[in-house]
Amino acid sequence: MKRYLLQALSICLISAAFISCNKSITETNMVYPALAPAKLDLNADTWNPVLITNTNSFTVAAPDAVTSPAYQADLNEIKALQSNITSEQRASINYWSAGAVLRWNEILRELVAKHNLPPYQNDDGSYPAPNSTNPFAYPQFPFSNPPYAARAYAYVSAAQYDALIAAWHFKKQYNRTAPYKNDAGIQALIPKSDLPSYPSEDAVVSGAAVEMMKLLFPTEIAYIEQKAVEQKTYRMLAGANVRGELEAGELLGKQVAAIFAARARADRAGKAIGTPALWKQLEVQTLAKNEQCWVSLELPKRPPMLPLFSKVLPFLFDTLTVVALRPPPPYSTSSAEFKNETDEVLYYSKNATRERQAIVTFWADGVGTYTPPGHWNYLAAQEFVKENYSEIRWARNLALINMAEMDAAIVCWDAKYYYFNPRPCQVNPEIKTLTGVPNFPSYTSGHSNFSYAAATVLSYLLPDRGSKFTDMAHEAAMSRLYGAIHYRSDVEMGMVTGIKVGQFAVKRAQTDGAGN
Amino acid sequence: MRNFCLFLIFLAAFSTFAYAQTDADAIMIPKNYFCGGLMYSNSSWKNYWEGTFKRDNLNIGTLNTNTYNLMANYGILNNLNVLASVPYVTTNASGGTLRGLEGVQDMMLSLKWRILKTNFAKGRFFVYGIGSASLPLSNYQADFMPVAIGSQSKSLMFRCLVDYNVGKYFITGSGEFMQRSLITIDRTSYYTTEEHYTNQVALPNMTNYALRTGYRSSRWIAEAVIENNTTLGGFDIRKNDMPFVSNRMNSTIAGVNFKYSSVRIKGLELTAGGNYVAAGRNVGQSTTIHGGAYYLMNFNKRKS
Repeated sequence: MKRYLLQALSICLISAAFISCNKSITETNMVYPALAPAKLDLNADTWNPVLITNTNSFTVAAPDAVTSPAYQADLNEIKALQSNITSEQRASINYWSAGAVLRWNEILRELVAKHNLPPYQNDDGSYPAPNSTNPFAYPQFPFSNPPYAARAYAYVSAAQYDALIAAWHFKKQYNRTAPYKNDAGIQALIPKSDLPSYPSEDAVVSGAAVEMMKLLFPTEIAYIEQKAVEQKTYRMLAGANVRGELEAGELLGKQVAAIFAARARADRAGKAIGTPALWKQLEVQTLAKNEQCWVSLELPKRPPMLPLFSKVLPFLFDTLTVVALRPPPPYSTSSAEFKNETDEVLYYSKNATRERQAIVTFWADGVGTYTPPGHWNYLAAQEFVKENYSEIRWARNLALINMAEMDAAIVCWDAKYYYFNPRPCQVNPEIKTLTGVPNFPSYTSGHSNFSYAAATVLSYLLPDRGSKFTDMAHEAAMSRLYGAIHYRSDVEMGMVTGIKVGQFAVKRAQTDGAGN
Repeated sequence: MRNFCLFLIFLAAFSTFAYAQTDADAIMIPKNYFCGGLMYSNSSWKNYWEGTFKRDNLNIGTLNTNTYNLMANYGILNNLNVLASVPYVTTNASGGTLRGLEGVQDMMLSLKWRILKTNFAKGRFFVYGIGSASLPLSNYQADFMPVAIGSQSKSLMFRCLVDYNVGKYFITGSGEFMQRSLITIDRTSYYTTEEHYTNQVALPNMTNYALRTGYRSSRWIAEAVIENNTTLGGFDIRKNDMPFVSNRMNSTIAGVNFKYSSVRIKGLELTAGGNYVAAGRNVGQSTTIHGGAYYLMNFNKRKS
């Protein structure tokens, strides 16, 4: 009996060894180094903003003198914090020091992914729509699908950029040095900077983000506020800002963001969902042209995604340009070319390779993800962390990319609903897809537009990367043909308009005073 | 000789684990015996649970999973058997547009060891220890639920099993712990309850508890089985979200199994059975039927 017990014990020990196996993963965004800008971009107060016209129109109270008791009290607060730093606080310093614009971009990506869920149907087969005036009711507001997401990234990035231009103006005006320069008892736990510290650029970024996200993700206010508090605490812990600098920065960020929020409320996105009458009219007008019209492939049939997103006000050009950028009509659904293209999709459906499956999945960015614009934000961030940009250059470059993404969504949605072209698997049910079929018309591919718009901007900003971004964009675009959800001409025409939209952002970048 | 080839089928992801006749039974083959066979099973579900919310989905219709499992069992000693299986799995969704997948899935290797054999009251009492490892045999796509054919996990399992029989009636209880590995998927970020920037996914570990009882003779076995699979961690599928490989997949499964040993052809054994997911979380409510044919060979030298 004893022998059996020993044997049983040894088995238990072996199994305990299995249990203790470590499953820790190091995620790519957790190893970004602390931001140490190569250039301060001190002239950034002269860069061209997106919306604001006069930085003096914002209120930023003069800071307390460094000799004042109020400032000394602020310094003492930092000393108290630094006297007992926990490992959790060290982790927070490591996290936030990678950069304010970067981390707020990540937070936005996360919220997009979290809210990128199509509503579940009602019992009668109709679908409820999210309601911004009652955001907590199911389905929660928003459903952050690709156009919604593109717009959200654009507003947050552009608001942060303009807010930082204003911040640079006041930084130079007040020229307050960092706490660690004013008091030898304060340690700099992040790379030291000669940038004036009043108002805090980190708080400007978070203030702008918080204000915009109240509009864009109203159910997440508590989460967003908690992140903002974490970030402010980090700046003090790190010896980089006193409380007064953070409060002034936050207020400035919010003032600038209010201008963007006012634009967003009036940019027609709220009406992009359309009406049942409009959905019907899209069918009728397509059939009148003797073309097969798009039909939802979801069951129960779901109304088309944001058919009036084409009417949203773009950032980089006017609404007439949206029409001018519209691609020529797709192949007629009764043409031989159309048949050939459908056959090509069937080929990819039936002859999937593991390699193509991987490409399809890598770029799918569907339900529950940060969407294709979010993917390009991530890809951009992965490059920008190597560049040691100042916060304001980070914001400017992301604003350029994201305004291009939003405007690409507008132009692409214009083509989709102007032509209302059916998906390949609607035309030929033999076509089975390697990823989910998006619930909107086929021509042109959103992935093509988003990817080429972003790649055009990135290639301008980082010319030393050669064809890296256009190669990636090409793979992203082709992934939709490999996945059997787009015709080749959807992909190819989407490339053309994506590049054109991207060039508007490049033109802006060439003249915005920031240099390359 | 009673043998019952043992195997574990790892049904396609999202249809939960289902054990037809399993490493969770109390039967061994003697030293130098070999048993080989082929098992087929079909598992299908129309309803599934997103967290605790049960629904159907016309964009999936009925998800069908067919498994063809090549199995082998060899008696190293009278109280130590080694088991192996290699499944080929196909999936198909009857509704929607998603293309089904197919391929060779995970090889399973088990060592089954009878630790204790003793008389107790009016019957006999056995204790077994079963250690298993499963290893993906192909680079199939795990991150394409619900049509993925498996999870790509490299897993280690340890099961303790006790069996008690009085005459031809038996009862067997067992508990298993499954250690699952990190897997690598085709994308570099994904959302669970937060955004992750990595192509690796930590699959939560699992437990399985099974209770089986029935009639066991040299010719026939008939048993009823109830079992529970619990994922230790993982997260719920949100309403109308896509399932993900690291979801918390729990299920309680009830089923019956039969085995017949042929009189005419010595060594031929036929099995059949079925089971049903009575309750679940983030799994399909599968109905599974299975059948198999096995041949038992004696490699002991004949006594002259």
